[in-house]
Amino acid sequence: MKITRSMVLVSSDPLSLQRGSLEIYRRFQEKLESYQLAEEVALSTITDVGNTEASPVVVIYPEAVIYGPVQPENVDRLVSEHLYKGHIVEEMLVPKRHLPSRMAWLQSRKGSLPAQQRILLARVGKIDPENIEDYILHDGYQALAKALSKMTPQQVIEEISKSGLQGRGGAGFPTGRKWSFVASAPGNKRYVICNADESEPGTFKDRVLLESDPHAILEAMIIAGYAIHAQEGYIYIRGEYELSQKRFLKAIEQAHEYGFLGKNILGSNFDFEVHLHSGAGAYVCGEETALIESIEGKRGEPRSRPPYPTTHGLWGQPTLVNNVETLANVPPILLHGAEWYRRFGTPSSPGTKVFTILGNVNATGVIEAPMGITLREVINIYAQGMKNGAAFKLAQTGGSSGSLIPASLQDTPLDFDSPRKAGVSLGSGALLICDDNTCVVDLVKVLLRFFRFESCGKCTPCRIGTQRCYETIRAITEGGGQLSDLDGLLRLAEQMERLSNCGLGQTAAVPIRDMLKHFRTEVEAHIRLGICPTGICRMVPEDETAELIENQMV
Amino acid sequence: MISLKINGIPVEAPEGTTVLRAAEQAGIEIPTLCDHRDLTPYGGCRLCVVDVKGWRFPMASCTLPVAPDMEVTTESPALVESRRTILELILSNYYDAGYEDSLGETQLMRWAKRYGVDPAKVMLKKPRFAVNSDPNPFIWVDMNKCILCTRCIRACAEIQGRFVWSLVERGFDTRVVAGADTDMLDARCESCGACVAYCPTGALNNKMSLSLGLPDKVVTTTCTYCGVGCQLDLNVKDGHVVRVTSNPNAPVNGMHLCVKGRYGYDFIHHAERLTKPLVRQYLLEGTPRPKGRGEWVEVDWDTALDIAARKLAGTRDAYGADSVGVLASAKCLNEENYLMNKFARQVIGTNNIDHCARL
Repeated sequence: MKITRSMVLVSSDPLSLQRGSLEIYRRFQEKLESYQLAEEVALSTITDVGNTEASPVVVIYPEAVIYGPVQPENVDRLVSEHLYKGHIVEEMLVPKRHLPSRMAWLQSRKGSLPAQQRILLARVGKIDPENIEDYILHDGYQALAKALSKMTPQQVIEEISKSGLQGRGGAGFPTGRKWSFVASAPGNKRYVICNADESEPGTFKDRVLLESDPHAILEAMIIAGYAIHAQEGYIYIRGEYELSQKRFLKAIEQAHEYGFLGKNILGSNFDFEVHLHSGAGAYVCGEETALIESIEGKRGEPRSRPPYPTTHGLWGQPTLVNNVETLANVPPILLHGAEWYRRFGTPSSPGTKVFTILGNVNATGVIEAPMGITLREVINIYAQGMKNGAAFKLAQTGGSSGSLIPASLQDTPLDFDSPRKAGVSLGSGALLICDDNTCVVDLVKVLLRFFRFESCGKCTPCRIGTQRCYETIRAITEGGGQLSDLDGLLRLAEQMERLSNCGLGQTAAVPIRDMLKHFRTEVEAHIRLGICPTGICRMVPEDETAELIENQMV
Repeated sequence: MISLKINGIPVEAPEGTTVLRAAEQAGIEIPTLCDHRDLTPYGGCRLCVVDVKGWRFPMASCTLPVAPDMEVTTESPALVESRRTILELILSNYYDAGYEDSLGETQLMRWAKRYGVDPAKVMLKKPRFAVNSDPNPFIWVDMNKCILCTRCIRACAEIQGRFVWSLVERGFDTRVVAGADTDMLDARCESCGACVAYCPTGALNNKMSLSLGLPDKVVTTTCTYCGVGCQLDLNVKDGHVVRVTSNPNAPVNGMHLCVKGRYGYDFIHHAERLTKPLVRQYLLEGTPRPKGRGEWVEVDWDTALDIAARKLAGTRDAYGADSVGVLASAKCLNEENYLMNKFARQVIGTNNIDHCARL
């Protein structure tokens, strides 16, 4: 396994090639060899930087600096100064006005290293999650004490707003704004709900937080309750997360003993109770209104919005629903201040993000990195490269709320803003990294089978649409596809996005759209030539039952 | 009152009104399948989507509350395309076994026709469920025509308060079942037929009316079964009642009827139905009661009532007032039952009076 400390990318778009980027690449190869850096510095090309006067450009990670226009004779200096000695060569940086459009965001990184910044996972693995004293010893309940003794509820909300924290469940809604909506909604009873029904395929960040640091989430819920004038909170934990549930119950019990929960918390006149509600295996109950229905004892079907839970939530009262990871950000923000928090991440998306890495890479697992990190860095630095040196083909960013990111977009920063502009989405933070042995049609088929299985069945476009899309894509993998199916698929996907009642049906369309946008040739090869370019699809009709049993979906 | 604009027309509606209802008040029809004014809004079929200024995607008007200065467009080429997709999807999972259902054009078929979707082209080629899958004597169940609008579920829960129907499974496999997937009667169904009245597709139908054809006239009348005075519509064909339907404008009961009002009409054309009073031959002749009580004879009302009065008075005089008991009927009005009470206590002189509803 090769672990690299730096990565050099030479632009190789047509303009750069014309201006001699091939020679630059060759020089880098030579120089790295002569400085004996070839083992620890990865060298690659990058085609999709956007037009710039400054081409050819050279991007060096992890500092995320862009040099340009680079001449072959500059390479020696870059290698000796930057890569060997570790100094950034200021005068060779691309002038701000000439920054290539696709890379301009890198400026916001201010040259900071994307080494793991642990804010949320700071205590994970260091404390005994079943021991409240361990938590208290590591700054636990200090933020709550600060909020109750020194801050008004309004000030708490302002601090969260100033921090720029955005919801980590996938949609990225500004948390401070949501809190103030609930706080100002008319009603005599309010609720805090922590959404811990983490069911996005490949996402397990909330589980790590709940299992390793349950008190942090509990503390954040109490603070949220104080801020929005709620006396009761619910945490809805996925049914399969038995350990999370056990530890959270223990946390509630201990917090009661120590006076962090119950009447007159820490001697103030603020009362708060937290109930744990176990999910029962429905993916759709991670959708906030379906989750509320489920707590109310009804069938887990999303409600129609508006009205939103901020005004008509649990039992019809104003309700704050936040994801586990979102809440985990709250105590550090209150403790260290919004200013401190904004130092991490990008201006539009401050803070860090917990990602779960899985797929054909050397290292899988949970990482915490600042917002704005790129997929290329995640793969090459955290995931320690593709398995067996295979080429990166695409990443799927987590269950329903994400999308397919092709290799050409792997330099898009992973925050809430940039991917949206590039037409992809960050989702819950799961990064399924696929190499070029992955068939995109097969991948999308599996995703759609998941959606058709997990749709609640309430609204027509999702209930029947996911099934029809699945059938069409399945036919393609079995050699029975028609070219006209593709336009039909796109049309249906578009209507599902327009008409579905909740995010499940809306985003079930995303993989189809992304597949046809980025990998249309590969899909058409299945149809026109009757072969699967990667050899994954068997291209003969298969028995669905056998397949379902194989995947344990029945 | 909240003012908004629907298709450019200013509309005023009380707070909490849905856009669909507000449009209805303004005389603008928005197609819908899962919505009914009597039932809690659901937002399932998505046929009623409308464009609202400021929103990227269309909204389901059946669940969208009116808001000040809202600007709603109910029909546009894009919305027509969306409605057509919805109808195609619904019909792609619909199967018509081809039997006569005597319903005429169902709501589903009406919208399919309006938006140019040919059911025969898109519908399933083979059934997913058994046709006539429930042994209920009155209610015909054909889940092949079910579109999961859940009107039956809501009607049963909200109109009849019986909670017979519910959804099981999820996603594409979702289906409507009675109780824990059992027969309707096992699920404590009272056969009121509310679910049938609200079904927009004919998945639920009246068993007795299935092959009788369409009515040539509809007669609104009052149910004769009890004193509540529910109104209902007799669907008449060739002088025969072929079906009883709810009259949505009925002041007392709305769409609600009980099993008797909706299904207890076979007496009307029954061969053994009495249309004139009958008395025993021996009572007319004043002779002693023969063995087997003798023949029935048709008489006019005066004769029949004279005989009844004479025998009641005779019994009271011979054996005392308490030898007579009066049983009043739920088919009578309150006023009539009051008179029965007067009759028992003052005319006969007994407290022996009771009512069938107390038995």
